[in-house]
Amino acid sequence: MTEENTRQIVIPGEVIAKGDQFLPGEGTEKRGEEIVAIKFGLAEEVKNLVKVIPLSGNYQPRRGNVVVGKVENVTFNGWILDIGTAETAFLSLMEVPRYVNKDELDEVMTIGDMAVVKIWGINKRGIDLSIKSRGLGRIDQGIIVKVNPNKVPRIIGKEGSMIKLIKDETNCDITVGQNGLIWINGDKIENELFAKKAVLFVCEKSFIHGLTDEVKKWLEENKK
Amino acid sequence: METNFSTTANITGERIKQYLREGKRFDGRDLDEFRELSIKTDVSKNAEGSASVKLGQTEVMVGVKLDVSAPYPDSLDQGNLMVTAELLPLSSPRFESGPPKFEAIELGRVLDRVVRESKFIDLKKLCIKEGEKVWTVFIDIYSINDDGNLLDAAGIGIIAALKTARIPKYDEAKEKVLFGELTDQKIPLSKNIPISITVHKIGDNLIVDPTKEEEDVSDTRITVGSADGIISSMQKGNSIALDVKDLYEALDLIESSYKTLLPKIEKFLK
Amino acid sequence: MTFKRKDGRKADEMRPISAKVGVVPNADGSAMYTSGKTIAIAAVYGPKKMHPQHLQNPEKGTLRCNYSMLSFSVSERIRPGPNRRSTEISKITEWALEPVLMINQFPNMVIDVHINIIQADAGTRCAGINAAAMALAHAGIPMRNMISSISAGKLDKTIVLDLDKHEDSEFNEGEGSTDIPMTFTNDGKLTHIQVDGHITKEQLKEAISLAREASKKVYAVQKKALKEVGEQQ
Repeated sequence: MTEENTRQIVIPGEVIAKGDQFLPGEGTEKRGEEIVAIKFGLAEEVKNLVKVIPLSGNYQPRRGNVVVGKVENVTFNGWILDIGTAETAFLSLMEVPRYVNKDELDEVMTIGDMAVVKIWGINKRGIDLSIKSRGLGRIDQGIIVKVNPNKVPRIIGKEGSMIKLIKDETNCDITVGQNGLIWINGDKIENELFAKKAVLFVCEKSFIHGLTDEVKKWLEENKK
Repeated sequence: METNFSTTANITGERIKQYLREGKRFDGRDLDEFRELSIKTDVSKNAEGSASVKLGQTEVMVGVKLDVSAPYPDSLDQGNLMVTAELLPLSSPRFESGPPKFEAIELGRVLDRVVRESKFIDLKKLCIKEGEKVWTVFIDIYSINDDGNLLDAAGIGIIAALKTARIPKYDEAKEKVLFGELTDQKIPLSKNIPISITVHKIGDNLIVDPTKEEEDVSDTRITVGSADGIISSMQKGNSIALDVKDLYEALDLIESSYKTLLPKIEKFLK
Repeated sequence: MTFKRKDGRKADEMRPISAKVGVVPNADGSAMYTSGKTIAIAAVYGPKKMHPQHLQNPEKGTLRCNYSMLSFSVSERIRPGPNRRSTEISKITEWALEPVLMINQFPNMVIDVHINIIQADAGTRCAGINAAAMALAHAGIPMRNMISSISAGKLDKTIVLDLDKHEDSEFNEGEGSTDIPMTFTNDGKLTHIQVDGHITKEQLKEAISLAREASKKVYAVQKKALKEVGEQQ
């Protein structure tokens, strides 16, 4: 690897960098003097910290992430949601902004309902969710688009610029879950489909430079 | 482990029905539109005939094998046909290893009827020695990626595999099939091509070629095997009752879909 | 006098190989590997919660491999369903892959690897292992190393590389044929070896070093296939 922040695609077992000054970050391991990739992805080195950014594979949950999930089960004190992780994700009735009676859990959310939730804790038992902040809660209408979770940063864009562009041009509310599930809610079906196509376009072209301009152009051309 | 437990979200089901009422689908298609079709033949060279079919993201592989055996007692002058399907766990998180579940069995049996009842294969011409030796045609279907409508995709695969298959050499003296040594002879087929087309009822609307998402919210479905306007097999699946007028509308939809699909299939088999 | 094989290859010549990653969109990771006329595809689903619960391992994740041949992949049709051979190969594949998988961080979870042989001309277990290794990397499973599988062997008295079906099943001149499928990590360790035939210790050593060299070519193809799909992501 050179001194600049160059990025190359690496596979498990591949040596990314050699030298005592390098530190093993996520997706890597230090073996003697070498930093070796242990995951398939994009190798990145910043200030001697070498890590591998995954290009594919399941969503890796993190504290603070906002994700979109589906209710799988209603228990006596909360809801179990599928957020695309192997670990169980649980929303306790204590993490709902209003008081919920133990008998009305099913009315607040039932099996098959989608919801925007926040991960507030990850431990051995599983993932703890909350819907206490603004913008969180059950999804009543709109469509859900599923994308590769590794593309989420591109869909959101630098300081949210990409997603804002799509929202404005398609006239839709869009919530991007870090787990790759995106909620699109538009006043018209055509707009929802347009926004969905735009999101999928970003995913397809995610690796090119000047993506924002490409997307601007695409939105103009396809606006009808 | 139930095979048809839907894992689609409630709002998705509602939204799909809303879209359909306005004549739209999630992938932008019209209600009577099939996804992009692509067919590759001779994809497995130890098979006497084979094909891989893609309908959008759905992919299936079909192989034809032939062997010589005694005929069935009630059809001493005819060859035999056996159609089996396997839903590979490779093709979907919903499929598990193990003996075939109902979905795979139904797929095999429905397509068996499509081929058999249409008399697409001239079984009489597959007789080598009446009462003693006949050819058996084995058609094996495998799902490679399930994004809905495996049935119709497999039906197309069967046509492609049968049309391009060649009969292996048969050593009459040794009573042995010489696998790997193919003759120029093709399987005797009728000119009328039987295509299986499935129509689904979702809410108030009828669609063809559903994606997995659409299949999950389908109320009921009807599969028809027809060749050139003659219906030879029909199967209604799932538990919701169907209005007779819907059935007639479905039949019209199937008739027009047949006319669109046939040239697309034939283009690949030139 | 150079030893000539039925298909014209030299003793130390491999069949042409190719690979492609991402062939099953539904899977978390997938790949196809081709060696001569042998074609294998693999798909990975996981890590996910292991069911039934009594099979869960609280200390680390479980790798579960399932190898199966399509009925029409061979000359004489195979009746659908598991058989002893595919059960054994499924286990061998697990043993070949496990040493490089870092699954201690997935307690109570399972990683399912499904391998199907589309077309068989010997070397199917090696092709399956190669496809599975790429599929696991594609699925983002942490792995210490890549693994690459190839078979070496002996035809009469000559050590050869990569036996095809004719050589494995029909060759019977002199000492007959010996087949030795092997799997190496990219840093040269063996994760799998089997011997089927008639061979001395010296000949075996020669076969192993021949295979080790060839496994590097397999590795290059696997790496290229993963990088190609990486570029499109």
